[in-house]
Amino acid sequence: MSSARDVTDQNFATEVLGSDKPIMVDFWAEWCGPCRAVSPILDQIASEHSEKIDVVKLNVDDNPETAMKYQITSIPTMKVFRGGEVVKTVMGAKPKPALEADLAEFLA
Amino acid sequence: MRDVVIIGSGPAGYTAAVYAARANLNPLVVASSVEFGGDLMNTTDVDNFPGFPEGIMGPELMTQMQKQAERFGAEILYDDVTSVELAGSIKKISLGNGDTVEAKAVIVATGSAYRKLGIPDEDRLSGYGVSWCATCDGAFYRQKVVAVVGGGDSAMEEATFLTRFADKVYIIHRSESLRASAVMQQRAQDDEKIEFIFNATVARVYGDELVSGIGLVDTVTGEERTLDVSGMFIAIGSDPRTHVVHGQLDLTENGTIAVAGRTSKTNLEGVFAAGDVIDPTYRQAVTAAGSGCVAALDAQHYLESLPHDLTAAHHSA
Repeated sequence: MSSARDVTDQNFATEVLGSDKPIMVDFWAEWCGPCRAVSPILDQIASEHSEKIDVVKLNVDDNPETAMKYQITSIPTMKVFRGGEVVKTVMGAKPKPALEADLAEFLA
Repeated sequence: MRDVVIIGSGPAGYTAAVYAARANLNPLVVASSVEFGGDLMNTTDVDNFPGFPEGIMGPELMTQMQKQAERFGAEILYDDVTSVELAGSIKKISLGNGDTVEAKAVIVATGSAYRKLGIPDEDRLSGYGVSWCATCDGAFYRQKVVAVVGGGDSAMEEATFLTRFADKVYIIHRSESLRASAVMQQRAQDDEKIEFIFNATVARVYGDELVSGIGLVDTVTGEERTLDVSGMFIAIGSDPRTHVVHGQLDLTENGTIAVAGRTSKTNLEGVFAAGDVIDPTYRQAVTAAGSGCVAALDAQHYLESLPHDLTAAHHSA
């Protein structure tokens, strides 16, 4: 379904909060149709901008602690972290051009 | 050049695709990049689509329709239509990837979009407790108290679904009588977790980062009160999605695309419309599917009526 690697409650701190590069976390779940729809688009963005931004995914069912910490109440939600802080939140499945516009500051 | 391009991939779009493909029209379905399959992708059990006595999951039903269309040669493109030129004998459809597709006939089956309440902070708290999709977001409301706004089938369905997770679900409806079908009403009324609040409208939604409550106004007495909820699910209907054809196709006073009588014919030759985008009344999966069939047959007849040289052009193309 997606080529992005998974992060978990256990490795969130090292993988995401400790990342040198801006890193986008895709909060998703198996049962979420729009998540499945947007997943290949995030993969494309990740591969086209791999030098600028990392893209990982977090399954909210398997990792409730992190989902709760970041107050996820709707998925898909994409959060960009830089230096351990959330610097951008994008909500909902959107077409690629719309997502690229939302993320422009990190892709340029 | 295509014989027919179908815009939309809900029950109307895919049914049109099945019929057009079986008529050897080699249809292209522009399915949308993230909303393919339409509204049913966000539902769970569909119990009123004929042929499935045990019900079927919405996404599964749409996948089956897609496969059926593809089996006969329909081509599905996961992209969005950015603009159209529908006048004239050759229609132009511009896509999100920058391509432009030409077609002799177009079927517009763009469906509808969820209606908003239009109250302050609704947009700001969207995704932070305000939702239009219980099946997408319901699981985040375990042991919480939530409200569903609306009185139709979708409100009943959302509320019933939410009881899987939430401790309590209010259904807030502006009048005393529900529009929902008897079986859906009964299911909601029999549910211990569901409480109805009639004759009330939602005037405000409160919350700094997340929804903490909503402000209700009694439509009879005018009395105001606050209800503490963590989530508000809005199910007050939808509006036809016509922005891509604005200024080209005539609309009705309901905002749907105007079609001639029982046909799918719009004001432009060779342009047909089907499904929720022409239907202010019924908006069911099965009526949309029937409407998609009508559009494909109308398009087929239109293509057959074209001068022979134009018809011949596509066989060599």
